[in-house]
Amino acid sequence: MAATRSDNYPLRRRDVAKMLVAGRGRLLVVAGLGAPAWDMTAAGDSDLNFPLWGAMGGAAMIGLGLALAQPKRRVLVVTGDGEMLMGLGALATIAVQRPRNLAVVVFDNEHYGETGMQLTHTAHDVDLEGVARAAGIRVAGTVRDRVGLGKALPVILKIPGPVFYDIKVRAETLDFVLPPKDGAVLKRRFRKALLGPSASR
Amino acid sequence: MTQWADDVFGVLVEVGVQQAAYVPDAGHTRLIWRCHAAKTIAAVPLTTEEEGIALLAGAWLGGQRGVLLMQSSGVGNCINMLSLARACEFPLLMLVTMRGQWCEFNPWQLPMGRNCRRILVAAGVACDTVAEPARVGAVVAKAARGVFERGGRRAVLLHQKLMTRKTFGR
Repeated sequence: MAATRSDNYPLRRRDVAKMLVAGRGRLLVVAGLGAPAWDMTAAGDSDLNFPLWGAMGGAAMIGLGLALAQPKRRVLVVTGDGEMLMGLGALATIAVQRPRNLAVVVFDNEHYGETGMQLTHTAHDVDLEGVARAAGIRVAGTVRDRVGLGKALPVILKIPGPVFYDIKVRAETLDFVLPPKDGAVLKRRFRKALLGPSASR
Repeated sequence: MTQWADDVFGVLVEVGVQQAAYVPDAGHTRLIWRCHAAKTIAAVPLTTEEEGIALLAGAWLGGQRGVLLMQSSGVGNCINMLSLARACEFPLLMLVTMRGQWCEFNPWQLPMGRNCRRILVAAGVACDTVAEPARVGAVVAKAARGVFERGGRRAVLLHQKLMTRKTFGR
C-alpha cells in the first residue's frame, strides 16, 4: 500500500479515545461502525456506550435523537471520516435543532479502515470542520496534535453545543477490541443503565 | 383534508410521541404544522428520510417515543438504515403519504409508489393501508400502540385519495 500523509499524523486514535472517556461520569457515547466502535470499546466498554456494527451514516443522528431525549446529559458521538461523509446532511439537521448537549467527534484517518484502507474524501482535503461550520455548527474545530487536543477536550465535553471536532489521527491498523454485536442487547443494556430496570425493551 | 391529520395528531399526543421527524410532503402539511406548534413534541426536519430512522433509534435509547413522516418516494432512502431498527429491535412508527397510486400526474413517482409496500415488508416493516379519512385515526392508533407497547416496526400507508390532487398548474 502506498504511503499517505496520515501515516505520520502524531495523534493515535486509541489514545484519543481514552482521553475522551477518562472520568466520563454521566457521559452517553454513540460510536460509529468500524474502528471508532473498537476504539471506544478499547477505552472501556460501558453499558452507556452504544457502538454500531452497521447503520453507516447514522451515528450523528442517533446522537441527536438521544441528545433531544436527554437534554441534561452530555452526548458524545465518536465516528469515522467515512461514516460522517456518508451522512453529511446530519450536520445540517443537527445545526437546525441546536442541541446544547451534543458533541460530534470524527476520528479522521483519511481512510476506509475496514475495507482495505482506501482513501476517503478527507485525504483529498475535503474539510469536515468547514462543512460543519457552513451547516451552522458554530463551535467547531480541527485537531492535529497533542496541544490542539488538550484545548479541544474541554470544549467537546463541557461547552454548550452543538460541538463538532475533526481529529486527525494516524492511519494504522490495530487489533480488534469488539463490543457485543447483538444490537438488541446493546440497546437494552443502554436503556437499563440510563432509564432504570423498568426499561425492558 | 385537515380532519384526518388532526385525528393523527391527537393520537400522537395520546401515545406520548415526543419527537416527530419528517421530510415534507404536501399530504403531511397539516400534521407537520401541528407538530411544530406542539409544546410536547420536537419537530425535526431532515435532509433525507434515513436520518429519521437513526434519530428515532436515539430517541428510544433516551426514553422517548417518535414518529417518522415521509412520502412514498422517501421509503427508498431508508432501506439500509432500517437494518438498525431491525438488528436492535427498535420500535418504529412511520406514516407514509402515498404518491404514484391514484390520479398521479408525475410518472417519476410510480416506481416507489407502486412498490412501497413490498419494499417495506422486505426490509422488515409491516404495513397498514388506509384510504377512508374517517378511519385514519383508528388505524394509526392501533399501529402506534402495537409498536410502542409490544415492539416492532410498522408503516401506515396513507392512500393518495386522502390528499389533494397535485396537478402542477395544469
